[in-house]
Amino acid sequence: MSGEVQRHIADPNATRIPAGRRRLLWIFIALAAAAAWWLAYTNLERFANWLVYGALGMPAGNRLASAIAFFVFEAPKVLMLLLVVVFGVGIVRSFFTPERTRRMLAGRRQTAGNVLASLLGVVTPFCSCSAVPLFIGFVTTGVPLGVTFSFLIAAPMINEVALVLLFGLFGWKVAALYLGTGLVIAMAAGWVIGKLRLERWVEGWVYATAPASSAAGTQEKTSWTERVSSGRDAVKDIVSRVWPYVLAGIAVGAGIHGYVPEQLMASIMGKGAWWSVPLAVVIGIPMYSNAAGIIPVVQALLEKGAALGTVLAFMMSVIGLSLPEVVILRKVLKLPLIGTFVGVVGFGILIVGYLFNIVL
Amino acid sequence: MKIEVLGTGCPKCMSMEQNVKKAITELALQAEVEKVTDIQHIIQRGVLSTPALVIDGKVVLQGKNPTVDQLKDLIKAR
Repeated sequence: MSGEVQRHIADPNATRIPAGRRRLLWIFIALAAAAAWWLAYTNLERFANWLVYGALGMPAGNRLASAIAFFVFEAPKVLMLLLVVVFGVGIVRSFFTPERTRRMLAGRRQTAGNVLASLLGVVTPFCSCSAVPLFIGFVTTGVPLGVTFSFLIAAPMINEVALVLLFGLFGWKVAALYLGTGLVIAMAAGWVIGKLRLERWVEGWVYATAPASSAAGTQEKTSWTERVSSGRDAVKDIVSRVWPYVLAGIAVGAGIHGYVPEQLMASIMGKGAWWSVPLAVVIGIPMYSNAAGIIPVVQALLEKGAALGTVLAFMMSVIGLSLPEVVILRKVLKLPLIGTFVGVVGFGILIVGYLFNIVL
Repeated sequence: MKIEVLGTGCPKCMSMEQNVKKAITELALQAEVEKVTDIQHIIQRGVLSTPALVIDGKVVLQGKNPTVDQLKDLIKAR
């Protein structure tokens, strides 16, 4: 899909076509691409079954066959979803910049500020390596500490790749639960941190830094051509980085799917084991893996009897709290504040884990 | 001409520095390239997301890692 769009932009003749007709052509290309995508997507399962049991003639009930069918169906499905969602998220994010988000959050009070910051954390482009300049830029221009934390928690925790994988492998309900609980944790944790008044545990030089308040280096107007190209850039950047992990994860998942006996995980990660949720969080916090590699494995574990809450808690602590990010934030935060941050977020994840194990 | 690349040392910042050098060589320009890693320095420029590109003291781009061709256009526009 992105290939067609790219060719269209690069075509020098395109500039000679009047704007109205060009827009029509664009809409036509987009619709054709969407139709082709949908046709392929809806027929994947049929194709996988045909290939494994028909063309390859493998017997039904065979373990290898079941593993291969799983892979042939899930891998293209997840990659196709990833393509579309990352492209869409890239376009949505072109409407938001950290500068704009800061302007919207400056001077906000707690509660309403926490809600807004968590929502903006999802749609604002953010890379954990800019966490420090962003943190200082926020707190020195009147964004309250707790509100800043809501943003810093939501931004990595709610991840579009994780959302795609959850939707593709578990269905929309689990994806919605992940989105909803992730937002609630970011709001609540930021609110708690704000109430605790921990400003004294921010390194002293942070508040002494006077930032140039003018938002520089950002164009005020962005055209749709630029938005589409930023969607394409997101696809290039994220999908090219993530696809080997997705395939590896689905391959491991396929192995578990075919070979690990039913209910094996029930005793270790099932609802009955109360200690499984805290254990999952404690193991997950220092781990730093992209969601892409972990979720397919987790899906297979779930199928074998692990409890959803436990699995969700594990995943959230892996992607929401990571050691590299904590090390980066140590430059601006004193240890007690880092400890509170990790503690409050970890506690939130713990509650989510138990909640889902009880409810579902 | 003085070009600064602002960044704390993430992979994107390093790739931007290399792309800037490539762009300058391809344009056959005389320009001084400096990598700024000091956080306070970066903040004082009003930069929120890295990597950022500063040409002759003016922030022209931040939070993006443009291609060499895009960098050439930005440098020529100055």
